[in-house]
Amino acid sequence: MSMPESNQRLLTYVDALREAVAQEMRLDPRVFVFGLDVDDHKAIQGSTRGLLDEFGPERVFGTPLSEDAMTGVAIGAAMAGMRPIHVHIRMDFLMLAMNQLVNIAAKSHYMYDGQVRVPLVVRSMIGKSWGQGAQHSQGLHAMFMHVPGLKVVAPSNAHDAKGCMIAAIRDDNPVIFVEHRLLYSTDALVPEEAFEVPFGKARITMPGKDITIVGISNMMMECLRAHELLAEQGIEAEVIDPISLMPLDIDTIRKSAGRTGRLLVVDNAWTSCGASAEIIAGVAEALDGGRPIHMRRMGYAPTTCPTTPVLEDAFYPNAATIAGAAHAMVRPDKTWQPDPERAKLAYQVKFRGPF
Amino acid sequence: MGLERTEAVVPIIDLARIYRSLRLIRRAEEEVARIYPSDKIKSPVHLSIGQEAIAVGVCDALRPEDVVSPTYRGHAAYLAKGGSLKLMMAELYGKVTGVAGGKGGSMHLIEMGHNVLGASAVVGTTIPVALGYALALKRAREPRVVAVFFGDGATEEGVFSESLNFAALQKLPVVFVCENNFYAIHTPIPKRWATQRLCERVATYGIPTHHIDDGDPLKIRDVVADAAARMRGGDGGPVFIECRTYRWREHVGPNEDFDAGYRRRADLEPWLAGDQVEIIGRRLPPGERAAIDAAIERELAEAVDFAETSPFPQREALYTHVYAGK
Ligand SMILES: Cc1ncc(C[n+]2csc(CCOP(=O)(O)OP(=O)(O)O)c2C)c(N)n1
Ligand SMILES: [Mg+2]
Repeated sequence: MSMPESNQRLLTYVDALREAVAQEMRLDPRVFVFGLDVDDHKAIQGSTRGLLDEFGPERVFGTPLSEDAMTGVAIGAAMAGMRPIHVHIRMDFLMLAMNQLVNIAAKSHYMYDGQVRVPLVVRSMIGKSWGQGAQHSQGLHAMFMHVPGLKVVAPSNAHDAKGCMIAAIRDDNPVIFVEHRLLYSTDALVPEEAFEVPFGKARITMPGKDITIVGISNMMMECLRAHELLAEQGIEAEVIDPISLMPLDIDTIRKSAGRTGRLLVVDNAWTSCGASAEIIAGVAEALDGGRPIHMRRMGYAPTTCPTTPVLEDAFYPNAATIAGAAHAMVRPDKTWQPDPERAKLAYQVKFRGPF
Repeated sequence: MGLERTEAVVPIIDLARIYRSLRLIRRAEEEVARIYPSDKIKSPVHLSIGQEAIAVGVCDALRPEDVVSPTYRGHAAYLAKGGSLKLMMAELYGKVTGVAGGKGGSMHLIEMGHNVLGASAVVGTTIPVALGYALALKRAREPRVVAVFFGDGATEEGVFSESLNFAALQKLPVVFVCENNFYAIHTPIPKRWATQRLCERVATYGIPTHHIDDGDPLKIRDVVADAAARMRGGDGGPVFIECRTYRWREHVGPNEDFDAGYRRRADLEPWLAGDQVEIIGRRLPPGERAAIDAAIERELAEAVDFAETSPFPQREALYTHVYAGK
């Protein structure tokens, strides 16, 4: 990931989230964490574990099932100078908070001519597998990317989870923080001290010359595995993690695609009006008569997410389908499909439901 | 007092029917819990074990043409309303023969043929949908009622209060059934409500309320039967019933969770002692009870066999039903 530093250690995504919040809470008394079930023994899959003990119930508290009102409460507290972190165990539940987020949080600083700020972090997790189905699996980040005033970040590894969380807490704007359930157990080298991963800066995770592959959120894991499968075929894919979706570092992606001549964007969401559409459009607009780039999007099938595993498998892109699509772009004259069994990621084999 | 009265007047045939339904739900969910560790059911399961009597009491007062709206903790309401056990089991297995073709799983049961509306995994979302169904029935002058189930936690969502107001305003034929099991996941009511006076709150909307604290399905049935009779085709308007109950297993999953520390096993004891499956069962002649039990075991074995031997959907099924019609 980042440059090796002396004080880095392997940390899981979930522990990175927890550590980031704890460190900022120690530094800044204005930061507080609330939301359904943040203070129970399961602690949002462990991501809020220990916070209640260390910071007490005034700074770490559960709420009634009232997402709409609680979002308004978070906004009001933020306007009054606090820095709330509002937690949702699934991104699907943000739909109940949409009015407050879109009509108040996103707009207040602008429509009140800068007199108020809304430094709010809205954490939510995208679910997958084990029958999560229609209403517990949606990646809805594009809905928020659409609205000026909101920032949207989707870290794909423990390092960025910590750095983005700290940057989000310190940001003076509402930040939609997109997590993924299946990333929670993945680990990466993470610095011990507090650090920020700046928004609006993509990372070239793997350099390559044949095709540019952009992976969003959990799809980054699948893209990295696809990169390995493609390497075995002699194809060097350049893999890019946008990390932050709004602001979006279109420049890094555009330059890479300009070098490789091919761009495949893989989102953990639908493609229609999605982050992948936005990235492709951004690159296309910047072409400006230059060398044409072969572009393609992948994402959820254009259906609702089914629960049964056979259909769910067909619903998501995976390392095998991504590698297959990339291969077809690089070598349109040859057909090749990787063995889907070999394409599986270690953490997918390990994961057991229900939550 | 009420109990003695009902004991005296309830015919054996009613007791047998109610017992059969209670026992079927209990055994079906115990079977789900038994199978669960095999990973054949890849679906989050929210079991109603301990809470069956509410759905059974409500549904026993309803007619086949009446409608129920269950929650994600919905096996009980689905089965009590006559939903097929076989089709439910196949759904949990993700098979094409399931009630939703394997696309919905345990949290999204539906069976329109038995007037069971679809369940949602987003808490509270089905409450106004049930009202809309009732509005349509009322406009059509149909003498049918809609019973909508939801938990204590769901009453905290704004949509609950908005729905109460509208149902009262429009005098909709709706039976609001709150299954108050004292917890929303692991959070007890005192951490979520400033007072426990739920019925009082609801009454201010102009809705008659009842609370039934022991889970007696016969009391629940009587209250619903009275209310439904007032509503059918007329202007009776909604009723609200708070049924206290207790979830014996974990919030989601097949196990007990008294070791988690958020509630005490001792709190379960009175509910075990007041287990309605047992209480109603004991009122039946032993031979009759044994025959019902044996029939349920056969039905259960058939349902599991049906689920196990049914095929998974074909991959093309992913694309069906995204839009209706052409
Ligand atoms: C809108 C929404 N918020 C949060 C959740 C997560 N969640 C699932 S069940 C549940 C508790 C619901 O409690 P209650 O209504 O009392 O029903 P019970 O599970 O006790 O039957 C919560 C918070 C959800 N599914 N939907
Ligand atoms: Mg409850």
